[in-house]
Amino acid sequence: MPVTRRHLLAVIPAVGITAFAVGCARMLSRMQQGDYDPRAIHTPMLNQPIPDFANLPSLPGLPPSFDAPTLRQQDHPVLINFLASWCIPCVTELPLLKELSTHVDIWGIVYEDKAERVSAFLNRNDQPYQRVGHDFSGKIAIDWGVSGVPESFLIFPGGRIVWHNSAGLNQEVITREVLPLLELTP
Amino acid sequence: MMELFGPEEGHYALALGCVLALFQGTLPFLGKCRSLRSLATLAVPLAISQCGALLLSFICLILAAVRDDFSVKNIAENSALNKPMLYKIAGVWGNHEGSILLWIVILSLCGAAVACSGHHKTGLTSLFRAYVLAILGLISGGFQLFCLLTSNPFTRLIPMPADGLGMNPLLQDPGLAFHPPILYAGYVGFAVPFAFAVAALISGNVNSLWGRWVRPWTVAAWALLTCGITLGSWWSYYVLGWGGYWFWDPVENASLIPWLSGTALLHSAIVTEKRNGLKIWTVFLAIASFSFSLSGTFLVRSGILNSVHAFANDPARGIFILSLLGLISGGALFLFAWRAPTLNNGPLFSPVSRENALVFNNILLCSLCAVVLTGTLYPPFMQLLFGRTLSVGKPFFDSTTIPLVLPLLFGMGIGTSLSWRHASLGRTFKRLRPAFFLTLITAIPLYWNFRNILAFSAACLALWVITSSITDVVMRLRAVHTLRHLPRGIWGACLAHIGVGVTILGICGMDTAQHAIVASHIGEHHQLEGNDWLLTSVRSLNGPNYQALQADILVSHQGKEVATLHPSLRTFITPHQSTSEVAIHSSIRGDLYAVFGGVQHTNPETYILRLHDNPLAPWIWIGGLIMALGGLLSLPYHRFRYSKQNNLQKTHRTAVSRDHTPCL
Repeated sequence: MPVTRRHLLAVIPAVGITAFAVGCARMLSRMQQGDYDPRAIHTPMLNQPIPDFANLPSLPGLPPSFDAPTLRQQDHPVLINFLASWCIPCVTELPLLKELSTHVDIWGIVYEDKAERVSAFLNRNDQPYQRVGHDFSGKIAIDWGVSGVPESFLIFPGGRIVWHNSAGLNQEVITREVLPLLELTP
Repeated sequence: MMELFGPEEGHYALALGCVLALFQGTLPFLGKCRSLRSLATLAVPLAISQCGALLLSFICLILAAVRDDFSVKNIAENSALNKPMLYKIAGVWGNHEGSILLWIVILSLCGAAVACSGHHKTGLTSLFRAYVLAILGLISGGFQLFCLLTSNPFTRLIPMPADGLGMNPLLQDPGLAFHPPILYAGYVGFAVPFAFAVAALISGNVNSLWGRWVRPWTVAAWALLTCGITLGSWWSYYVLGWGGYWFWDPVENASLIPWLSGTALLHSAIVTEKRNGLKIWTVFLAIASFSFSLSGTFLVRSGILNSVHAFANDPARGIFILSLLGLISGGALFLFAWRAPTLNNGPLFSPVSRENALVFNNILLCSLCAVVLTGTLYPPFMQLLFGRTLSVGKPFFDSTTIPLVLPLLFGMGIGTSLSWRHASLGRTFKRLRPAFFLTLITAIPLYWNFRNILAFSAACLALWVITSSITDVVMRLRAVHTLRHLPRGIWGACLAHIGVGVTILGICGMDTAQHAIVASHIGEHHQLEGNDWLLTSVRSLNGPNYQALQADILVSHQGKEVATLHPSLRTFITPHQSTSEVAIHSSIRGDLYAVFGGVQHTNPETYILRLHDNPLAPWIWIGGLIMALGGLLSLPYHRFRYSKQNNLQKTHRTAVSRDHTPCL
């Protein structure tokens, strides 16, 4: 029986499902060994240097933006806060951040949001940020291991991540975790 | 008497069902090899008794849940004494083990339905039916083994706890009580076309009669899947409180992929039935649709996909389902690779004809399916191959699906008006002229409502689909004089196409949705899209198993009261978790949607509210229901009456000429 084009076409789906099944089997076996986690989006370990990023676009009517070298060169701690105007916990934590901004500089990175919305949102509320950058593509958030907003990172001089909180801040977390760390500043 | 139906009896019935299914899966093939016809005919009683055993097992699990039998581990982990009765019952399928049992029960119901369908009238030979039942039996047996060996819903817990752990409050909702059974019925329903396809590959004969058998099962599965997806989308809209209706979540995509390939199958089976063409392709789509359903089940249960739909994930279960998937779909596709090239693919089509329009439809639907599949599988495979993590979201899907949907909508309007074999473009355009002008007239006032040209063109095309479907039926009615003479399939197709148009209009309307997050004191006014939202009061309430804080928001338009919304924030006792109850005021123009986000303890207290104005939002789900209704309407309850095999050719001709005459 001669092999026609039809034979070749008919084999494609079988090859496809074989590749799919082999791939999934690899994923499952690596999940069992623990070196493949579909949920974790590259979580940066504490005490790691901050990931590199170029100057973020700034937003109209808000403080200037920043890049990774600027963040590293600071001689005092900085709290990096990922936010969005569409997220309710971000709104809820704003007064707390404002209060905290008397103790530490807070720099904001806007995640997946429209520039004019954020500008309006932050200008309407009493905004606590000294610098605000726009992560338009969402790539910075992935590099930092952000899985949602709000998330906060405390950066010590030299660009080391010393603390990470992947939820909205509350008074208890601030007094118990953030303020003691600030006293440790080198 | 009722004491008879305890968990042990349920466990036994499940094991019995498994044995019956395995016999059902092997006897027909054995009968064929040994030339023992009587063995093959056993498949029918086996399918019916398997269904009985599984129903009994399912009833036993429900009874255990109703009786708060916490000695059953599954119930202790997912139920609680103070849970309302509806959710005690619905909670049975709100978890992994119970939902797998439901999956199997539905599959056995499909098997019993095939066994009971009158085969003499349809020309379905008893041997072919035995093959179909055997394949269904093998699938069912595999999943029952999975259920018994890795996810047994009847596992006991000793000592028995006094109270259960409770159910995720998000799942305690009527929408979610009915969403899984309907969705599973859709998923599992595609097992029947799959079994027909595999049986056809085994027997080596695909003809228009085969298309006639497959189509009603496909339509039924498709209609249920449409309904299930619609309900799921509606649930996420009003329960999650994110204000959206589709999030391109991998699990949502896992239901959309078989829906798209099933829609393609639905249309290609028409060509197989009416013109004896596209046979290999239809067989392939039948296999693919069920394979996508199975892959969806696998991806969700194994935890490979990163999704909001969390099942208790266990890689061991994943390996079991993957093996089943490999055996069922892999086996079918290898059989396809072996046998399909020998099938005769039927006649070639002329470029302008109904059958070619359906080919165009299939190309677009399958491209859409491929796009969604790529977007869903790309992240896990990238992570596996290159160790890079990334997420594929709305921007990717928007930019890839919209260019495919627009021509699809355009073609939908024209396709139904083309006649079979050879259509005349001039006559078709003449026929569609009223639809074109109607679209133009209705589209002009819409222009000012859309800021986005893409949304506007999609809305125009949706109007085009609706008007051309109506025009088509009106033209046909003029030709046949009475309503009764128009085949129900035409009514069904018209309704389903109108449903698509309505859904697309809803989606376009949602594109112009506006929202605002406000921190509000009591008595404060907020403006959104010309409406005035006033927070009048906030009260605390006590529910059966939760405490709630409820806001009263008065919405008015130019001083006239439109609605009072009561969003609330519920704190559940078991498990300790809070949920936000969205308040929605729906009307044909759209939804007013309010979410109670939280409280800031200032003096006086500030309440965080999220207010949405969602134009045309209900149309999305109404359209989905219309689509499903169209599918159910076109089910051929009576069409088989005069279609004995010997006069198939005759009916075939009448069907063709019936479709010809209306083309005036």
